[in-house]
Amino acid sequence: MSMPSTITPPDSGRQDLLHHFDDLEQQHLSSSLGMWFFLASEVMFFSGLIASYMLYRFWSPEAFHLASAHMDKWVGLANTGVLLTSSLTMALAVRCTQVGDRKGIVRNLLLTALFAVAFLGVKAYEYRVEINHNLFPGPNFIVPGSPRDPHASPGHAEAGASDHGEGGHGGGASDYERLRQASMVDGQVDEQEFSRNQGHFQLMFVFYFFITGIHAFHMIIGVVLILLFAVLAQMRWFSGYGQTQIEMLGLYWHFVDLVWVFVYPLLYLVE
Amino acid sequence: MNASASARLDGPPEDYLTAGSTVKSWLLTSDHKRIGVLYLISVTAFFIVGGILAGLMRLELMTPKGDLFASADTYNRMFTMHGVVMIFFFLVPAIPAALGNFLLPLMIGARDLAFPKINLLSWYIYIIGAAMGLYLLAQGGVDTGWTFYTPFSSMYSNTRVVTAALAVFITGFSSILTGLNFLVTVHTMRAPGMTWFRMPLFVWSNYATALVMVLGTPVLAISVVLVGLERFFGFGIFDPKLGGDPILFQHLFWFYSHPAVYIMVLPGFAVISEIIPCFARRPIFGYSFIAFSSVAIAVFGFLVWGHHMFVSGQSMYAGAVFSILSFLVAIPSAIKVFNWTATLYKGSIRFDTPMLYALGFIGLFLVGGLTGLMVASLALDVHVHDTYFIVAHFHYIMVGGTVTAYMGGLHFWWPKISGRMYPELWGKLSALLVFVGFNLTFFPQFILGYLGMPRRYFEYRPEYQVLNVMSTAGATILAVGMLMPMVYFLLSLRGPKNAGPNPWGATGLEWQIESPPTTHNFHAPVVVTCDPYLYSPEEAEREYVHAQHDHAS
Amino acid sequence: MFGFPLLPEQASAIASKVDALMLFEVGVSAFFLTMIPLAILGFCIRYRRGNRVDRSNPPTHSQSMEIIWIVGPMALSLVMYVWATRLFFEQYERVPGASRIDVVGKQWMWYVQHPEGRSETNELHVPVGRPVRLNMTSQDVIHSFYLPEFRIKQDVLPGRYTELPFTPNKVGEFNLFCAEYCGTNHSIMIGKIVVMEPEDYEAWLAEKGAGPSQADEGEKLFVQHHCAGCHRGSQTVHAPRLEGVYNKPVPIQAGDEIRFEVADEAYIRDSILLPKEKVVAGYEPIMPSYKDQISEQDLLKIIAYIKSLANREISQ
Repeated sequence: MSMPSTITPPDSGRQDLLHHFDDLEQQHLSSSLGMWFFLASEVMFFSGLIASYMLYRFWSPEAFHLASAHMDKWVGLANTGVLLTSSLTMALAVRCTQVGDRKGIVRNLLLTALFAVAFLGVKAYEYRVEINHNLFPGPNFIVPGSPRDPHASPGHAEAGASDHGEGGHGGGASDYERLRQASMVDGQVDEQEFSRNQGHFQLMFVFYFFITGIHAFHMIIGVVLILLFAVLAQMRWFSGYGQTQIEMLGLYWHFVDLVWVFVYPLLYLVE
Repeated sequence: MNASASARLDGPPEDYLTAGSTVKSWLLTSDHKRIGVLYLISVTAFFIVGGILAGLMRLELMTPKGDLFASADTYNRMFTMHGVVMIFFFLVPAIPAALGNFLLPLMIGARDLAFPKINLLSWYIYIIGAAMGLYLLAQGGVDTGWTFYTPFSSMYSNTRVVTAALAVFITGFSSILTGLNFLVTVHTMRAPGMTWFRMPLFVWSNYATALVMVLGTPVLAISVVLVGLERFFGFGIFDPKLGGDPILFQHLFWFYSHPAVYIMVLPGFAVISEIIPCFARRPIFGYSFIAFSSVAIAVFGFLVWGHHMFVSGQSMYAGAVFSILSFLVAIPSAIKVFNWTATLYKGSIRFDTPMLYALGFIGLFLVGGLTGLMVASLALDVHVHDTYFIVAHFHYIMVGGTVTAYMGGLHFWWPKISGRMYPELWGKLSALLVFVGFNLTFFPQFILGYLGMPRRYFEYRPEYQVLNVMSTAGATILAVGMLMPMVYFLLSLRGPKNAGPNPWGATGLEWQIESPPTTHNFHAPVVVTCDPYLYSPEEAEREYVHAQHDHAS
Repeated sequence: MFGFPLLPEQASAIASKVDALMLFEVGVSAFFLTMIPLAILGFCIRYRRGNRVDRSNPPTHSQSMEIIWIVGPMALSLVMYVWATRLFFEQYERVPGASRIDVVGKQWMWYVQHPEGRSETNELHVPVGRPVRLNMTSQDVIHSFYLPEFRIKQDVLPGRYTELPFTPNKVGEFNLFCAEYCGTNHSIMIGKIVVMEPEDYEAWLAEKGAGPSQADEGEKLFVQHHCAGCHRGSQTVHAPRLEGVYNKPVPIQAGDEIRFEVADEAYIRDSILLPKEKVVAGYEPIMPSYKDQISEQDLLKIIAYIKSLANREISQ
């Protein structure tokens, strides 16, 4: 119902023209322009989030600094590598549509999906560690080292994700105590300030989970589309080699990649 | 399918209305004209819902005590739903999605929008969002005000804020898709010879609108999602106890919602720029200035959101910057008004219904724009912020501007959309009633606001009653004026298709084909060879004299 | 003639200046609102169809005209901008030596604390001619402290302080509104500002303690509204005693579970207005709602009374 019904000879590489376009060039230009405008819209979506994050980080550097020490930057780096590789295979798939290599299209799409799933798996592992440490925001959130923290054993610094590699952290004090120290006014702990600081500590995780979650959601959509396109390419469902469609998918995928390239340093690396 | 296929083989081509009359042929259509009509029907339904809510509120405000509704809570839910329905379900989609969908491809000589299926998808998304809105209404609505200010919306309100946020979020996607479609269509689908500066101004304005839709709506999406999350999980993004900042929400919200004002009013400019040259029978004055002012408004519109927050506790210096930018954004609107006025000079002016609406628009928009300068002035805004002055100001823009233009546009293109004429006398009467009723409703509210009556008040001090009664009286007239067209438009559908292809003798491409157009719009490839609005007042006069002469003899 | 004024009274030093700016902008607007419709009307009459006038070569653009109507309004806007912005900074200018009064907004009342110790609700007494600086915060949502006769307004935010300086210059009673929508009873979150002669103000401040305290008045209301009938150890109705309740955790039946909630002011308030929402474990939900039955002031007095019971043991 939705696609042109004209049958193209197999592997002719020529695409069908939808009735309301004049020529293929116009059709292709429309598709890619549409994708670019869509991506512009997406940029606005993420930039609203990232701007809010940076504002809060600016207002409360100490709490955000402590919280971001919980991010494992090496796992993040590995994941960045995986995602960039998937971008490469995606670019190869697009290239294959242009030279008419149907096997190559399917192979590269599947590889891309594989890398993407690997990325999501690592991300899920990271989430699990964080959730196990009660770092998912909400009623179950516990600032490490606080009296409510089941992981904290009094007397020595808590095990787990916090503090590793952070030479600057004096004396292995827990996040809770450091936030307490940061809330000192004239030698007294300002309880309001302290609760606000704990809130900011949690906010870092709100943004972390929300931004990476939205990003992962974009990736999941991408993976579904990639697999679908791989199947369709295999079935020769596209007119031509699906040049336009796969190129648009590629644009989308590179965008998702690019978002991560911004998100990774902002969430993991900023000191 | 079969019916239309055989028609193409047999007789003359059928028009888009009769080509397949099954429900399925409408619900699965990818014809931009039919989608436009679908939008037209749905936004009208929501206009009625929002209008009923407004009417009830005005009745309540007849007396200082809250006596019509059982509680303040009912009233609060009512004004919130009035705002949500009117803004997200009526004003934003009204002109672009109904008239724009129908006309944009016709005006640039295209067979359809660039992505017809996405166009249909956007209508379905709108309907899903709208259905959630109706569900919300049936469940009693929300009481946060359409602005969803935190922390009230995120922590204190006992109503279904999450449902409302979701409805707004979903509807937002629909306008992103419409905007996307318009942008691409204008870029790639123009007929040969239809250069950028031969495009009708309707297209320019809708292009600017689409730009705002695509770039602004995602930020609204983010802010309502954050409110939803905050309510669900208690994250504390906007909760000061947890270190959040309630003002951040206002920044995010107005970053979209101020440009959204231009989403609503730019298409109004679009309509007026078509009607005035046609009924003045002369080329529009200052074409390029009107065109670029639309784009300028779209761009500047993104830089002025902070003027909603002069007394919110943001930095005073930020206030000073937002104030000057707000003054500057008024300039492109002023340019348009002056150019429209100049277009009347040496014209051969006819006063048909669309023209009456257009002239009314200029007057009302002028009041809205000039009071806009007052609210952009920091010291005055401190006094009138959140009072009825603001209510009056934005109704002059949204209703006096956008809705009047929308009505004018409907009267102008109704012959094209339906193929039928409406009774001219009733049309003129409705234009008059809308103008008079509108002024009577909202002008007193300026005075009320300056006297200090805050908005969103269920009960008010007795000294404000006289003006409130005037306002309610005006609302009655306005309601009659708005309802009349609905009646005679519907009645005209029972009559024969008597409009002819070009009842106004207009020059646009959409008037060069039959009314209503066929599914494929144009029979032969379109080639554009001249500028828009090539009307001649002297020619019009000659025809007029000729007609008079014939009539006499 | 209509029985209403066009301008509200001018009761602060800044009010007349704001009105002057307003009149200027109304004047500018009136000019454009006359000239443009006149031009439109003129053109409409002169160039109506069938009127025999010269219509040759209608102009389609004019650079000079465009420049005039861009530069003209822009210059006028700049005048307005400079005037308004300077006045804005004057509105919020901190006058040295201003007396500082604390204001707390909460749903749906204003609580005012004078530095001399006297406090009041929904009223603000100030001396005429002396600069005052309000130091404001909110306990819950955003409110806005609005004095129309003073032409000033400032949002009141939770979690931080905002300031509102002003100098009253007229003795009398004026409106106080909440201008930022804050929930159900937003429209009755109103009060009055009473501007007094300085000596009257001093006398008023000294009155403190002369009248009955909030809690004493609350006790009377507690009896009047039949609260005492059940909550003072009734034989027939099983209702919790309120002695020592304030600021202590209270067990609340939530479905099959029991959770604890601290009986703070908000809790007590909710329990009076919406008693069915949070029922203390072991009791039946039989208390009627006092929503819309008790005024905000009285409610506060009753809460004050219950608070005063905080340290009392249940007398057997």
